[in-house]
Amino acid sequence: MFAPEEFVSTLTELGITHVVWIPDTTLGQWDEALRTAPEIELVQVCREGEAWALAAGLYLGGAKPIVVIQCTGLFESGDSLRNIVHDYQLPIYGLVGYRSFLNAASLPGDTCLKFTEPVLDAWALDTVFLKDESMKPQFAEHYRKCTEQQIPGICLMAEGAA
Amino acid sequence: MSTPQAMPLAEALAVIHQYRADAVVITTMGAAREWQTLEPHPKDLVYMPSSMGQGPPLGLGIAIAQPDQRVIVVNGDGCTLMNLGCLVTLAAQAPKNFTLVVVDNGVYEVTGGQATIGHPAKRADGQALNFADLARAAGFNEVYEFDDAESFRFEHETLHEPGPVCIVLKTTHQTEDISARSPGPPAERIEDFRTSLQS
Repeated sequence: MFAPEEFVSTLTELGITHVVWIPDTTLGQWDEALRTAPEIELVQVCREGEAWALAAGLYLGGAKPIVVIQCTGLFESGDSLRNIVHDYQLPIYGLVGYRSFLNAASLPGDTCLKFTEPVLDAWALDTVFLKDESMKPQFAEHYRKCTEQQIPGICLMAEGAA
Repeated sequence: MSTPQAMPLAEALAVIHQYRADAVVITTMGAAREWQTLEPHPKDLVYMPSSMGQGPPLGLGIAIAQPDQRVIVVNGDGCTLMNLGCLVTLAAQAPKNFTLVVVDNGVYEVTGGQATIGHPAKRADGQALNFADLARAAGFNEVYEFDDAESFRFEHETLHEPGPVCIVLKTTHQTEDISARSPGPPAERIEDFRTSLQS
């Protein structure tokens, strides 16, 4: 959906300082652009639950992080996400790749299509869903809204391949 | 077979408390409970309620954002087992201002003292899991082990060595007054903590 340089320039315009992530097939295409972005530090973790806590620490230290993970990582993140955005009420923002939404044929029966949106609802997260290219500007708009309101938020981004 | 030497948790924490200087200190589980009996500091984060295993990445984020600020995370062995990958994440980032203290008593103390999977009784080889070896294998610069408080006190400068530092403290476990405790509403406490970090 976002070309690598386009994603980096969007993050830079938003003032994001750190991307805390684990790449998937789609997100991974941004790897080189993120690693070489002069104003953004890429921080890779081992499991997605770590990402929320690490981003929280960055925020507490005065940085502006974003978590970038696949929806499978959202499922893995549950307790960490709950702790950071509900117990501690920290306004951490995440971009979540929605596996199989654009191409269910590559992983027939992928239950990401069944559980991703209900899980986001269950975690009571303010979410914008980018279903196609035309909706891309909503990412920055939603990020700015969440930042202004000091609330956590999620941009759910449709993906095709696994 | 002789009983391995270990120090009371309170004595171990007293050393950290005495020699922290201006460091952020994040405590989890049993250490969080006992830390509340010591004089508070604006850069304390008693990480309760917690997401078990997420204390080290939380501290890592602070260490990255504030490279001149020493961050000490006091993590239980059960918490460390819950998120062993964080050792690799920490070593990859290699923050010079980060110290991980693993308080190793072999049990989940706050839930009643059940053995962790790293306890000798749970392992096929009958040997306690060696957290210092794990930290070395992950790539920590400096790794230290202490099983008595006086040795740790004597070597207290290890807390502030160029990191990432891992200090494994073999501790005894309490059997009374063991429940996890929080000093107050987390959202209010974290805001005070954030203010102290940015002032």
